[in-house]
Amino acid sequence: MNTQRLVAMANDIAAFFAAEPDPAAAAEQVATHLKKFWEPRMREEIRRHAREGGAGLSALALQGVRRLA
Amino acid sequence: MYAIDHRDLGTPAAASDEAVTLEIDGAAVTVPAGTSLMRAAALAGTAIPKLCATDSLKAFGSCRLCLVEIEGRKGFPASCTTTVAAGMKVRTQSPRLEQLRRGVVELYVSDHPLDCDDCPANGHCELQDAAAALGVTGSRYGAGATQRGVTPDVSNPYFTFNPDLCIVCSRCVRACDEIQGTLALTIEGRGFGSRVSASEHQPFLASECVSCGACVEACPTAALTEKSLAALGAPARAVATTCGYCGVGCSLKAEFKDSTVVRMVPNRAGAANQGHACVKGRFAFGYATHPDRVRRPMIRERITDPWREVGWDEAIGFTAREFRRIQQQYGRNAVGGITSSRCTNEETFLVQKLVRAALLTNNVDTCARVCHSPTGYGLKHTLGESAGTQAFTSVMKADVVIVIGANPTDGHPVFASQLKRRLRQGAKLIVIDPRAIDLVKSPHIEAAAHLQLRPGTNVAVINALAHVVVTEGLAKDDYALARCEPQSYREWKQFIADARHSPEATEPVTGVPAARVREAARLYAAGPNGAIYYGLGVTEHSQGTTMVMGIANLAMATGNLGREGVGVNPLRGQNNVQGSCDMGSFPHEFSGYRHVSDGAARGLFESAWNVTLADEPGLRIPNMFEAALDGSFRALYIQGEDFVQSDPNTQHVTDALSAMECVVVQDLFLVETARFAHVFLPGSSFLEKDGTFTNAERRISRVRKVMEPLAGLADWEVTMRLAQALGYPMHYAHPSEIMDEIARLTPTFRGVSYEKLDRLGSIQWPCNDAAPEGTPTMHVGSFVRGKGKFYRTEYVATSERSTSRYPLLLTTGRVLFQYNVGSQTRRTKNLAWQSEDRLEIHPDDAESRGIKDGDWVGVASRAGEIVVRAALTRRVARGVVYTTFHFPESGVNLVTTENSDWATNCPEYKVTAVEVVKVAQPEAWRARARAERDARAHRAAPVA
Repeated sequence: MNTQRLVAMANDIAAFFAAEPDPAAAAEQVATHLKKFWEPRMREEIRRHAREGGAGLSALALQGVRRLA
Repeated sequence: MYAIDHRDLGTPAAASDEAVTLEIDGAAVTVPAGTSLMRAAALAGTAIPKLCATDSLKAFGSCRLCLVEIEGRKGFPASCTTTVAAGMKVRTQSPRLEQLRRGVVELYVSDHPLDCDDCPANGHCELQDAAAALGVTGSRYGAGATQRGVTPDVSNPYFTFNPDLCIVCSRCVRACDEIQGTLALTIEGRGFGSRVSASEHQPFLASECVSCGACVEACPTAALTEKSLAALGAPARAVATTCGYCGVGCSLKAEFKDSTVVRMVPNRAGAANQGHACVKGRFAFGYATHPDRVRRPMIRERITDPWREVGWDEAIGFTAREFRRIQQQYGRNAVGGITSSRCTNEETFLVQKLVRAALLTNNVDTCARVCHSPTGYGLKHTLGESAGTQAFTSVMKADVVIVIGANPTDGHPVFASQLKRRLRQGAKLIVIDPRAIDLVKSPHIEAAAHLQLRPGTNVAVINALAHVVVTEGLAKDDYALARCEPQSYREWKQFIADARHSPEATEPVTGVPAARVREAARLYAAGPNGAIYYGLGVTEHSQGTTMVMGIANLAMATGNLGREGVGVNPLRGQNNVQGSCDMGSFPHEFSGYRHVSDGAARGLFESAWNVTLADEPGLRIPNMFEAALDGSFRALYIQGEDFVQSDPNTQHVTDALSAMECVVVQDLFLVETARFAHVFLPGSSFLEKDGTFTNAERRISRVRKVMEPLAGLADWEVTMRLAQALGYPMHYAHPSEIMDEIARLTPTFRGVSYEKLDRLGSIQWPCNDAAPEGTPTMHVGSFVRGKGKFYRTEYVATSERSTSRYPLLLTTGRVLFQYNVGSQTRRTKNLAWQSEDRLEIHPDDAESRGIKDGDWVGVASRAGEIVVRAALTRRVARGVVYTTFHFPESGVNLVTTENSDWATNCPEYKVTAVEVVKVAQPEAWRARARAERDARAHRAAPVA
């Protein structure tokens, strides 16, 4: 999967949930969205990218990705 | 000429609940108050002769043929314009009445030829019927002034107007006014000089006429008649079916002779269309028998090889072997399938079943991905159901209508006619659109407000409207607190009341004057019935889902849900977008919108299908392309979808398809995507199969077979054959059995069956024990999710912005006469109106670039370049350009980008930063660009 494309997509998701005032809840919502709608190889790739520092991911997107089991 | 099996009752039904009993020809008759004597008599089995009356039009009272006698009243009142009264005694037959009627008919035939045997309406002409009933075979008034010798108008490709046959009953003029709402026709002149005129005495094709055919359907003679009727002869049989074009889902009568369709006529009993149709559904069905139809399966090892025609067994066997080989080599999830919004519910259900149960992956998606997937997500989360809330007829009770990012007169013309009818009655209209669509100002209609926003700023506008509602105390707190989650409502109010959402703060971003936003918000909130209708101008944005949620927030806050006249109504683009979504086409959910991780739902399907199903979401269409490019996705079964023309960033799409080892295209024609396919399976048109479509108002309607599949198999049979070859046999003798399975497995379809559809005509889901005959209005009393939920909808600007290199914003759409990728309508005579995509550009933007109307221009974005002709118009604002994607030679999606909605990956078709320049030698440019694309694709194609 194109990592940069996944990063952009994750950031877009995080941008929506950033309106949630509670940062922890927002991160959980990002993670829930990724679990419900991203195919496993997409989740695996973004997790791998996050493990390597998550360049390009917004802070909330990174938190959400890190919550993926 | 209306449908050959239509029994006309003369005047429309009355809406009253009050019953009135009267006596007609000595028999007691009970009808609703307000019913005409003509209709009451017809309901009692007595057909009063008539010419200017028909039950789709208001009574007119001009022909004087329907005279009756009423006890205690003087004279001979017209039964069409006289309404029933309790105790009234009516006589429809008497020697005096017959004498009067005969005199009237004699006058008509004095100016009408009597060579009926050669007339296309022979046997179905109302003047012929009246003359026969009254024994009139000639006229004592012959040799008077006539219309004879006047040249018929044959300019319209589908129908002719012959003044010689016209009796000037005005039914055509009234149909254009009352039904279509274009008001293109009039009666010019007086006395014998009276004649029907299109616009200002123009040929029909050059006039304002939109060729909906309402006038032709209303004509009692052959003055306005279909050319096909004259060419093919009178049809012998009529079958009710459902249109295969847009999401309005008009009920049509296919009239045919032997197995040849002669005419498609709107079904006056059709609940979605109320007896109306548009130029596409009514006339543009010729593609079904076009010579370009592929009639034999074809295969090839590589996409650079020529096609080889084979039999069904070989094509199916080849496909099954390739899919199994690829799964063995690359893994189970290296394959997938695409269902089509142009196919039936039953076919869609089978494709997703094949992918999930036979291929054991959830890699199934549908073309709704690129249009209304944000609707599904947004409405499910806020209201609890992934569908529009109303029946189309609900608009007739709306007081204020907001149309957002939709162009109903072009995209959903039959609904537009109904909307215009309501607007002419006085309802107010607010249009939110970057373009001045026709609804903004057309005959007898002018929008109260047109919020001409910059592309990409929808959410800022909807937030500003909500801000006004909340901060000016216009919200219906009682409703929202009782019907919605109170905490989410309070938090949302606090969020939306912030000054950053005010019209004044957002004006610099949206370009919409703050005062206009405030006026629009007040108008909508005041209602009392406010209804929102929206289209792809809402969904096809990076914030498409956010916008859908914003719309739902606004409707909940103003109490505009849960009754007639209000609601949130997505106007679906294709005929079965709603149905394809309902049927479990998305990779994360089964039919009825149940997530694949839901153990109970999955268990139900596992038990019924006798397999263990995957519990993880599969790939969406754009994800499939990405996976293809990284080598982990290798085979795709595509039923009725043309990615290469319809999906954004064409180069990216063709690169992905070229990287696959087995692409299977099942379609009517060798569409653009077929250039990248290894297997072509000929599809069947909607005329060649049984099934159902579900329209934008959740209405399930029957599609009925009127001719055999040209290639021998209907699409559902092809999928069954493929499943069999994959080792997962399916056993359905008829699509009704597939629907029975859908009903067993899908709670919202639990009560649906073909028997019930035949009995009721159509059904709006949910249809179950709680609503055995369906649900016209949703969320009555409570929302499907229990309590409605408000979401914070922060405006986030798209990353696609105008720059010095790409200073204009391109937005895309469709026109009335063409449809989607055009593979159907381009193969009809609709080309007479529109034969190419054009780029609309503001005259100021054109002038600064040296561009004149009709010039060839290059349109370049960061994704690619295209060449089209320019059309200078003030419909678009400065800085905005617009085009359509109906013609493959334009390749419009070469310039759209990979940007997509955050929640659903629906592409952002509506915002692309571009530059426009005048070009020379456009054909050479196009040929070179196409050759380069093909060469690149062929280089990328894997060698088998």
